[in-house]
Amino acid sequence: MTIELVLFFLLAVVAIGAAVGMLLSKNAVHSALFLVLNFATVAFFFLFLGAPFIAMVQVTVYAGAIMVLFLFVIMLLGAEQLRQPSTVLPWQPPLTVFLAVVFVGAAWLYFANAGPGSLAAPPPFATAEAAGAFGSPQAVGQTLFQTYVLPFEITSFLLLIGMIGAVVLTRDDKKR
Amino acid sequence: MIPTSYYLALSAVLFAIGVTGVLTRRNAIIVFMSVELMLNSANLTFVAFARQFMDLSGQVFVFFVMVVAAAEVAVGLALIVAIFRSKQSISLDELNQLKG
Amino acid sequence: MFSLVPLVVLFPLAGFAANAFFGRQLGAARAGLLAVLAAGAAFLVAVVQLAALAGNGFAPVTVPVAEWLRVGDFHVAWAFQVDTLSVTMMLVVAGVGTLIHIYALGYMREDVQHNGDPGRYPRFFVYLNLFLASMLVLVGADNFLMLFVGWEGVGLCSYLLIGFWFEKGAAGLGNARAAMKAFVVNRIGDFGLLLAMFLIYWTFGTLTFSELFERLKTVRLDATGQLIVTAITLLLLLGATGKSAQLPLYVWLPDAMAGPTPVSALIHAATMVTAGIYMITRNHVLFALAPQSMEVVAWIGAATALFAGTIAVAQTDIKRVLAYSTISQLGFMIAAVGLGAYVAGMFHLVTHAFFKALLFLSAGSVIQAVERGGAQGGAHAGQSAEAHHDPQDMRFMGGLWGKLPITQWVFLIGALALAGLPPLAGFFSKDEILLDAFEHNPAIFWVLVAAAFLTAFYMGRQLLLVFFGQPRSTAAAHATESPAVVTTPLIILALLSFFGGLLNLPKFGLYGYAGSLLLKEFLSFSVEAEALPFNAFVAGLSTVLALAALGLAYVLYGRAQATAQDRDPLAALLGPVFGWLRDKWYVDELYGFLVVTPFNTLSQLAARALDLGGVDMTFNNLGELARAVGAGLARFQLGYARRYALVMFLGAVAVLAYFLIAR
Repeated sequence: MTIELVLFFLLAVVAIGAAVGMLLSKNAVHSALFLVLNFATVAFFFLFLGAPFIAMVQVTVYAGAIMVLFLFVIMLLGAEQLRQPSTVLPWQPPLTVFLAVVFVGAAWLYFANAGPGSLAAPPPFATAEAAGAFGSPQAVGQTLFQTYVLPFEITSFLLLIGMIGAVVLTRDDKKR
Repeated sequence: MIPTSYYLALSAVLFAIGVTGVLTRRNAIIVFMSVELMLNSANLTFVAFARQFMDLSGQVFVFFVMVVAAAEVAVGLALIVAIFRSKQSISLDELNQLKG
Repeated sequence: MFSLVPLVVLFPLAGFAANAFFGRQLGAARAGLLAVLAAGAAFLVAVVQLAALAGNGFAPVTVPVAEWLRVGDFHVAWAFQVDTLSVTMMLVVAGVGTLIHIYALGYMREDVQHNGDPGRYPRFFVYLNLFLASMLVLVGADNFLMLFVGWEGVGLCSYLLIGFWFEKGAAGLGNARAAMKAFVVNRIGDFGLLLAMFLIYWTFGTLTFSELFERLKTVRLDATGQLIVTAITLLLLLGATGKSAQLPLYVWLPDAMAGPTPVSALIHAATMVTAGIYMITRNHVLFALAPQSMEVVAWIGAATALFAGTIAVAQTDIKRVLAYSTISQLGFMIAAVGLGAYVAGMFHLVTHAFFKALLFLSAGSVIQAVERGGAQGGAHAGQSAEAHHDPQDMRFMGGLWGKLPITQWVFLIGALALAGLPPLAGFFSKDEILLDAFEHNPAIFWVLVAAAFLTAFYMGRQLLLVFFGQPRSTAAAHATESPAVVTTPLIILALLSFFGGLLNLPKFGLYGYAGSLLLKEFLSFSVEAEALPFNAFVAGLSTVLALAALGLAYVLYGRAQATAQDRDPLAALLGPVFGWLRDKWYVDELYGFLVVTPFNTLSQLAARALDLGGVDMTFNNLGELARAVGAGLARFQLGYARRYALVMFLGAVAVLAYFLIAR
């Protein structure tokens, strides 16, 4: 057991724990905070995997902007908790848990049976420069603006449309 | 180094938890957060494979997923606000107009 | 100039489209005017084609318009055949058509009032323009398939126009039934034409007239080939008997009189019913190779001429007499083309178009005069018992001479032209057919002479019943003349009927005038034409017989009948035979017994047992099953998106599991 593996399992436990916490919290605000913790942990994994740029975006956009928006809406609506207990779909939770377990089991089986080496640890970087170059903002930027420049432009449209949609949907009915 | 399959297994677990949240929670906002969790677990596999195959396309895809997620959250939260205005609730149990 | 020929179809088609889509917005007056302009423009184009032909030395020209079908070797184009034959037909169709359009402007205005639906006025012109376009496609076609399009198009318009007042007639169904009868009987003929087309393509590999005739020129027929050509020509003849109302498929034409009178004049006298004669003439090269078929054609024509003539003498409906007369005259033309006398057939076709259109239109004028008289007389005499008699029944007419100053004269000219009195058009054209029969086939000659005698007789009878004697109803007593828009075309047609003989005057010995045999010279560029010398015996015989028949009619009907209930003088003369004539030899009843009743029984059986009991039940039950399954499955549709998502997830897990197991 190397120090890396120890770190990995430690963080994995935190990530899974945070996810379960989000799932089980009665209060939506707690859920949101657990999710922030989960996102932050995943950002660490991104760093392990040689993706510092993505890790930073994860923290700023996801854990920062998006989750703040969630919290804002929860507090705006005062919808931290639902008042009535559930009366419909009694079989929904046990069925879901069963299927989720089957899913994880199936995935586990798959990884266990994967050919030797195909999903083994990738070789480490030869030099510090090589490690710094892979996944750096410069490298990601070059890929983004050379190979994927058209999808990139399309995403800008998507954002614009999302923005307009949000504005239209939340307009006051009376002023329409 | 940590085997890529470990990341994938972790991602599968997170994904399963996300699915469970979507399918069992009634609070629309928490359902949304669960969707975000699922997207995030998918991102984790992208980045893991990007490292495995030394190809930055995986990371760029994560970038795109985040953009989509941001747009989705904006629209989705707007929807929730609109629903709350008309129903005075964000419980998904109230929304069964699709009943056959 | 030749390239203008598509316009001959496009003008009426444009009129049709404009009135069909905007007729209501245009209003009655403008819709009618538009239709007349479209018809007139088509006539002008036809005249231009005549001029173009003259400038081309009358050589035939093919004007391709567009590719239509190309499947492997099979190739059909939209193309017009411009030759003297098709241009003759175009001139007749568009010319007479235009006059009848003008007539219809006035006639239909009263007709729609009389039938109580003025909103239907533009619709009449929609159909009329469509008919004109279809008929011109038919005569202009350069191949069988395009001819067939026109052939079916005119059949459709005929159906629509016979059923123009589809809610009227006996039991509110009479007109609809008449239209249906025309359509179904025509289908039998169309079936023959279609089979002939298949056989032609199968044998000769082309449907284009010029290519087919080119191939026929070099072909050397063995016994099988002879059989095939005979079969083709007989099938074409079946098509012609349907469209041109010959034995045994003539039964639809008398019933077609249910249509408004301009329709009877244009479609069921002057143009559409001549399509069969035109088609046979167009295919004269084919018929020339099948002498037995020619014999059959000639005999069918002659038999129809006589048979229809016998029925016509005992009818009381003014339009029905003319309908049977039309069948009889079409028989003359078919007999002529069967004898190889194509020019004589076409000549009679042209003059017949003039004087029969004239007779029908004048009959329409008479009918409306009586209708007006009925309305007026009813106003005078209060509600009289006979106020609701049929305005087309000649027994209730009489004494109209002097009340209809224009109609009476034009009707007289038309009747005498049809009777075949010199120097009117009918004399020359009928005489030429008789002459051909006299030279080639004496048996047919005597049959046709008998038919010609009957023709003169029933026209004399009609004239006397309608115009002379004393009025036999208040409606007839108060009849008034039609407006100028109705009478003007009548006058033009009367002039054409009077002077139409000039088109093809025979040469009297050596004293031929410069324009004699004009039509023959003209048509000889399209069909072979034989010029027979003038025969004084034939001409004398037909004239004497016509006069004798008119005299006989005067003897029988000259003494005025007092009331409509009087017994027909002919009945006294003929005894029980008259009943057979009046009831049309019971052919309708025979067909009803032989064909219609068994067919209806079979249809009923198929409808009840097979369709309702078998097919419908199967599919109704299948539908019920689907509904039941759907209702069962709908219970799973709880309306909760979460449940749907769960099922989706179930599917995703199942797919994943499948891949793991299948690997």
